[in-house]
Amino acid sequence: MTLRARYAAGSLLSIRDLSVEDVSNILSLTARLSTMSATERAAILTGRRVALLFYESSTRTRTSFELAAKSLGATTTLVSDKSSSIEKGESLKDTGLTLRALGAEAIILRHSNSGAPFVLARETGLPVLNAGDGMHEHPSQALLDLRTMLTRLKGTDGAKHVDASTLKGVTVVITGDILHSRVARSNAMLLPRLGARVILCGPEKLLPEEALGLNAGIEIERNFDKALQQAQVAMMLRIQRERLAGLELDLNDYIASYQLNSERLKTSAPQALVLHPGPMIRGLEIEGEVADSPQSAIEEQVAHGLAVRSALLVRALGKSVTV
Amino acid sequence: MSDLLILNGRLIDPANGIDGERDLLVRDGRVAAVEAPGALKNIAAAETIDATGQVVAPGLIDVHVHLREPGQTYKETIATGTAAAAAGGFTSVIAMPNTVPVNDTVAKLEWMLDAARRSAVKLFAMPAATLGSMGVTLTDFEALRAAGAVGFTDDGKPVLEDHVMRAALVAAARAEVPISQHAEDTRLTGGCSMNAGQVAFRLGLRGMTVEAEARIVERDIRLLREIEATEGLRPHLHVQHVSTARAMEAIRAAKREGLHVTCEVAPHHFTLTDEAIGDYDTHAKMNPPLRVEADRAAMVASLLDGTADCIATDHAPHAAHEKEQEFERAPNGITGLETSLGLALRVLHREQGLSLSRIIALMSAAPAAIAGLAGRGSLSMGHFADVVLFDAGSEWRYDAAKTLSRSRNTPFDGAEMLGKVRATICEGRVVYRG
Ligand SMILES: [Zn+2]
Repeated sequence: MTLRARYAAGSLLSIRDLSVEDVSNILSLTARLSTMSATERAAILTGRRVALLFYESSTRTRTSFELAAKSLGATTTLVSDKSSSIEKGESLKDTGLTLRALGAEAIILRHSNSGAPFVLARETGLPVLNAGDGMHEHPSQALLDLRTMLTRLKGTDGAKHVDASTLKGVTVVITGDILHSRVARSNAMLLPRLGARVILCGPEKLLPEEALGLNAGIEIERNFDKALQQAQVAMMLRIQRERLAGLELDLNDYIASYQLNSERLKTSAPQALVLHPGPMIRGLEIEGEVADSPQSAIEEQVAHGLAVRSALLVRALGKSVTV
Repeated sequence: MSDLLILNGRLIDPANGIDGERDLLVRDGRVAAVEAPGALKNIAAAETIDATGQVVAPGLIDVHVHLREPGQTYKETIATGTAAAAAGGFTSVIAMPNTVPVNDTVAKLEWMLDAARRSAVKLFAMPAATLGSMGVTLTDFEALRAAGAVGFTDDGKPVLEDHVMRAALVAAARAEVPISQHAEDTRLTGGCSMNAGQVAFRLGLRGMTVEAEARIVERDIRLLREIEATEGLRPHLHVQHVSTARAMEAIRAAKREGLHVTCEVAPHHFTLTDEAIGDYDTHAKMNPPLRVEADRAAMVASLLDGTADCIATDHAPHAAHEKEQEFERAPNGITGLETSLGLALRVLHREQGLSLSRIIALMSAAPAAIAGLAGRGSLSMGHFADVVLFDAGSEWRYDAAKTLSRSRNTPFDGAEMLGKVRATICEGRVVYRG
C-alpha cells in the first residue's frame, strides 16, 4: 500500500495510499504540532509556498487547510472558480503547471471529478493533497475523524499512535448517502485496517451492495436502529434534498427511517459518539439537539481538522519535525 | 505487378483447411499458386522471401477501426492509421463513419476511399446508418452500397429507436450488407465512464450496467425475428465489441435459433478487466468499458466455442492532451491495431490453447465473410495476395513510443505480446517489414 513512485512523496490522493504505519506517523506528527507554541509552529514552513486549487466551493475544508498552512508560516495562494481565477477552458494539467511555475511546492485540490488529484499529481510531479474529489475520497477528513474518535475514546495520548488493532471492539456506523459520499469511502477504507468494525447504513438507492467492496469485513445494515444498537461511533452524512428527489425517495420517509434524533440516540445508542463531517442540515439527517449534545464531537472535528491538515502539509513539504 | 515468391513457411489458410509447409507464388497482386515445398523452385520471381520458421497466413482484417479522417487528423489520418494496421499484420480495415463530418453520403464515402488518402492497406468503410448518425433518418443505403459500403453503422452511438433500427435492418437486408450495431442503451448510461460494479463504486465513478448493453442486443434480436417472420427478408445483425456475458448469451441463443447474427470481441475485452483502470488510467477507458473477470472469461469462452465470430480492435486513437484529463472528461477509446495479433496469440493461443488456425480464421476469413469482402480472407487461387508473415513463437513487449499511429493511447504500453509480424503484403505489395 505504498504510494507508487509516479506520485511525489507526501502526496495524499487516497486513504488507501497510507499504510497503518503512515497513519500512525501522521497522528504522532499531529500530536507533536499541537503541543508547540504558535511561534514555534509558525517557523516550520516559513517561506514555503502552497497553492489551494478549488474547483468546488468549500468554506470548511478550504479555510481549514488555509489556516493550517498559515499557522505553519507558509504562504498560500487560493485559486478557485468562484474568484474566476481559473482560466476558462484551461486544462487541470496546465493550471497545475502554471501554479508550479509560479513557485507552488504543493497543491491542495478540491475538484468535482473523481480522480482529479491523480491527474494533477501525475502531470505536475508536485505533492498533491486531495481535499475532496467527486464522489471518490476525502482522506484528510477520514484522518481527522480518526483523531476525533481516538481522542474521545482513548484520550489525548491514545490519539498519538495506531496499529492494526487499535480500534478492536469499536463499531462505527456510517449512515446516509453513502453512494455520493467521499467521506464515507475514505472512512470505510481506513477504519477496518485499524481493527474497527464498520457498518454502513442507508436505503438501497443511497447504499448499493457494491459498497461491500470498499474493504474486507464491511457490513450493510438497512435498519438504522439495529445498526445504532451496535455503535460506539455514529457518523452521520449530509443528505441533499435534490438528491433524494432525484432518486424518488420521500423526504419524510427518509427522516423517519434515518434521522439521528434524541429519542433514537437515547434508546439505541446512549453512549455512542456522534460525528458529522459537515456541513450538516439540522432537522434533516440529524436533529439539532443531538448535534449540540455532549455525545456530539462535531465541533471537535473542526479543531482536529486544523491539526491533522497541519501535519499533512508538513509531510507534503518534506519537513522533518522531531516527534 | 512483378512476381513474389514466399518460400519455406508454415502456411495456415483456415478457409482451405491448410496448415503445413507450403510455398506461395504471387502474380499480379493475386495468389497464383500454393504448392508443396520445392514445387515452385524453378519459378524466377522478382522477389523471394524466405519464410523459414514463420507462419504465412491470409492478411488480417479488422472490421472496426476509427481512422479520424476527415476532421480529426490530429488524432490519426487514414495514412497513419493504415500504416499502424500494416504493422499489426492487417491488409484490410473497415473505417467507422464517426468522422467530422460523419460519413453519410456517397461523396464523403468516395472521398474517404480515394487513393489520395494514401491508405497503406485495403480500405473499406461502413457509412452511417442514419444521417449524421443522429438516429432519425436512414442514409441512402442503395447508393452507398453501389459506391462501396460494406455495411452500415452509427458506431459510437447505437441506433436507438426501435422503428429506426427496424427500418435499417430491412434496408440493409435488401442491400445485402450487415447493420453493425454499437449496443448501448444510452438512456441508461448518461454520465457513466466505466463498468458498473465494485471498482466503479470505490473510484466514485458512475458505471454502465450490463443491462445497458444486453437490452439493445436483445431488442435487435427480437427485431430480426420479427422481420424474418413478416418481411420475408433475412437481415444480418453484426454486434460490435461485445463485452458482457449476458449479451453474448443472447447472441448464442439467437444463433441457435437460426437468426443471422454475428459479433466481434475486442482484444482488450478478452485481456483486461475494470481493475486495469487502477488509479484513473484513462488509457483503460473505452466504450463499452472493461468489465469484470466473469465477463472477460465469457469473452474468451465465446471465442473458443465459436459464438464470437471475429476479433476486431475498435482502434480509437486520441491525442495525449485529450487523455491527460480527469477520467470522466477524457474521451473513450484506445489504439489497437498493433497489439491485436500479439494479444490474441498470447491470451487465446498460449494461455487458452486455441489453435493458430482458429485465431487466424477469427482475424481473416471470418471478418471477410461478415463484411462480404470478396476475394479476401483466404489464400485461395486467384484471391488477392493479402498475406501476413509472423513469427508465432517470438515474445516481445509493445512500445507505444514506436507506434506508426499518430496516437499512443493504449493500456498495453510495455505489455507482453506473442508473435511478431515480419511482413505484411497487401495485393502483392510488401506494405510492412518488421
Ligand atoms: Zn462502438
